[in-house]
Amino acid sequence: MSVATGAPTPQSSYLDTFEMRKIGFVERFLGPENYRILKGILTNPLSVIGVTLITFFILVAIFAPAIAPPTNLREPYMTPRDGYGPTPKPPGTEWKSRPPEIPFWWGITGKEGWVHIFGTTGGQWDLFYGIVWGTRTALKVGLTVEAFTLIIGILIGSLSAFYGGWVDEILMRITEIFMAFPYLLAALTLSAILTPVIGKGIWPPLIAMVTFGWMGYARIIRGDILSVRERDYVMAARVIGVKDRRIIFKHVIPNAIYPTLILASMNIGSDVISFAALSFLGIGTEVGYADWGQMISFARNWIPSLATYWYIVVFPGLALALFTLGWNLVGDALRDIMDPRLRRGR
Amino acid sequence: MAVRASRTAMQPLIDRIWSSKMTNYIIRRILILPIILFGVTALIFGMLQFLSPAERSALYVRDVPKNEAMMDAVIRRYGLDQPILVQYWNWLMGRIDPVTGNVVGGILRGELGYSRSGSQSVAALLKRRFPATVELALYTIIPIIGIGVTLGIAAAVNHNRWIDQLARVFAILGHSLPSFVLGLLALLFFYAKLQWFPPGRLSDWANNVVLAQTWNTYTSLITVDSLLNGRVDVFLDALRHLILPVMVLSTISWATYLRVTRSSMLETLRQEYVVTARAKGLKERDVINGHARPNALIPVATLSGFTIAGLLGGAVLTETIFDYPGIGQAAGAAAAQLDVIAVLSFTLLSGLILIVANLIVDVMYAFLDPRVRLN
Repeated sequence: MSVATGAPTPQSSYLDTFEMRKIGFVERFLGPENYRILKGILTNPLSVIGVTLITFFILVAIFAPAIAPPTNLREPYMTPRDGYGPTPKPPGTEWKSRPPEIPFWWGITGKEGWVHIFGTTGGQWDLFYGIVWGTRTALKVGLTVEAFTLIIGILIGSLSAFYGGWVDEILMRITEIFMAFPYLLAALTLSAILTPVIGKGIWPPLIAMVTFGWMGYARIIRGDILSVRERDYVMAARVIGVKDRRIIFKHVIPNAIYPTLILASMNIGSDVISFAALSFLGIGTEVGYADWGQMISFARNWIPSLATYWYIVVFPGLALALFTLGWNLVGDALRDIMDPRLRRGR
Repeated sequence: MAVRASRTAMQPLIDRIWSSKMTNYIIRRILILPIILFGVTALIFGMLQFLSPAERSALYVRDVPKNEAMMDAVIRRYGLDQPILVQYWNWLMGRIDPVTGNVVGGILRGELGYSRSGSQSVAALLKRRFPATVELALYTIIPIIGIGVTLGIAAAVNHNRWIDQLARVFAILGHSLPSFVLGLLALLFFYAKLQWFPPGRLSDWANNVVLAQTWNTYTSLITVDSLLNGRVDVFLDALRHLILPVMVLSTISWATYLRVTRSSMLETLRQEYVVTARAKGLKERDVINGHARPNALIPVATLSGFTIAGLLGGAVLTETIFDYPGIGQAAGAAAAQLDVIAVLSFTLLSGLILIVANLIVDVMYAFLDPRVRLN
């Protein structure tokens, strides 16, 4: 690229080059800021991989009943078992007792009977079924935890920022108290306490993760609101006599919360890891529930012979790692797009 | 009069110390400390209230009361039916046992109750498990900081070149791979397949040596004690057991250090004093090592405070996978058996460690970064 090409030719003026940029339908529909974010995500190769991974997992979750038909229609999340033998079976073993309905796509492989595609864990739970339905569990856990932590964080953070003074002081000290504990240990403790109270299932770890997960958002929202409040457009609105409540809901909150919302959605990956970690330690869902962490925890009984039973770790571990990788790749790209210091000429 | 004279002589200095923002900040932090400590204990006590009085009796007695009559006796004896504020006070300070007249319980007296999964008192359990965790933390912090910081600086200096991209991909991968999956994969290759690094803290023969009468315990850190006892073979055995957990713990932390060091270094390299250093003709190496790096490492100092505190609180997942007998493994095992009294004590302890670390880091930060001091 030489410098000369940038100079205006006699036929065109600078004015023409400025008016040349067309605003497409998508950009008009989304608005300039959203369009910039979307364009940034779709032009960065790493985040395209991330988007592809996330889309893949969402599709698997939606079509789980077609990919791996459940045997027990009332409790589709319970993984079917093939007998009760203690030793895991390798991938490709035939289903022996009560095989579930063979899914439609199995015809492509040209084989007759239904097999354990990824093998079984000790206790004969089918790994393939668990991984497919575990995708649903993962998305459910991630979305629920983020939704509730955000609601609490936004509530506390905005109350703190609006009222200031002693309200701010008290709320921020409470935030600090909750932050004084290491996240995993605190979540582990509260789930252990809640399990006898509300029974085994995904709720004890979910409640525990929300209880010890909202503080970061409260702090970020508070800081963002405090800085947005000082912006010129808020001042302008105040000057032309807009009411306080309208300023808060129309100008301050949307502008302060929007970046946090996007970044929070990218924490779904790490939420799913934490949930899997709790399951792995034996806290949370009942045995046989389709949940990646629990499947990996079956490997704990076979550590000296993991070389033989590698598939109990590798397949659910791969699902967990790829799921998180997808969210992290997009999250990383978003952080770059939304960091104003890294923005170069648009 | 001498006192007054010296007071006036000192006055300007005292004024300066008192008026500085840093001192105010530190004093504020220390004044808030009791409030935070109260909040932390109140939160833990609040969580205890989810338990039935029978379960809470583990605060005072080792065994679960067998029948209702015994349970009632225990509840009355230790005041588990009293108003909640009285119970909170008893839980903090201990309570006079009406039968024996001795003071029982009281977390401030170091009596944390009984761990039913460990079938001993929580304090004894903590005391026995803590050295292993300390040893693991000491060996882990070196590769975490060393490699993470080196990679981060290399990435920043070579901004947007292949080293940077590689480091970035590596950081995302490290951030996405759960520690327990990484740990199990490490065991799969290095233990199940190659038989190089077994789980646990010591092999059976070495454990027998350590438990024998002739063994002198100096620090309870086996790698140190073995050298002091002149047993190089035990030292090597302990190292062999430490390698995998250290590897896993540091791999999952590199990502964070890399990211923090990289962005801090990028920020520093844009500062005017770096431009000045370059303009006056210093070599690029001297600019980076002498001018940019020390300032870029200030956030890393903060981060390492938290890392050390976190490691001392026990790495629950890594210790569990490698069957390493530290606090983390005890916490994981206790939680799995719903031994709430024990897990709560572990959480309280790690919370306290974090609070202290937080305070130290804040004070250190003010000393390290003149911008905080002079603001």
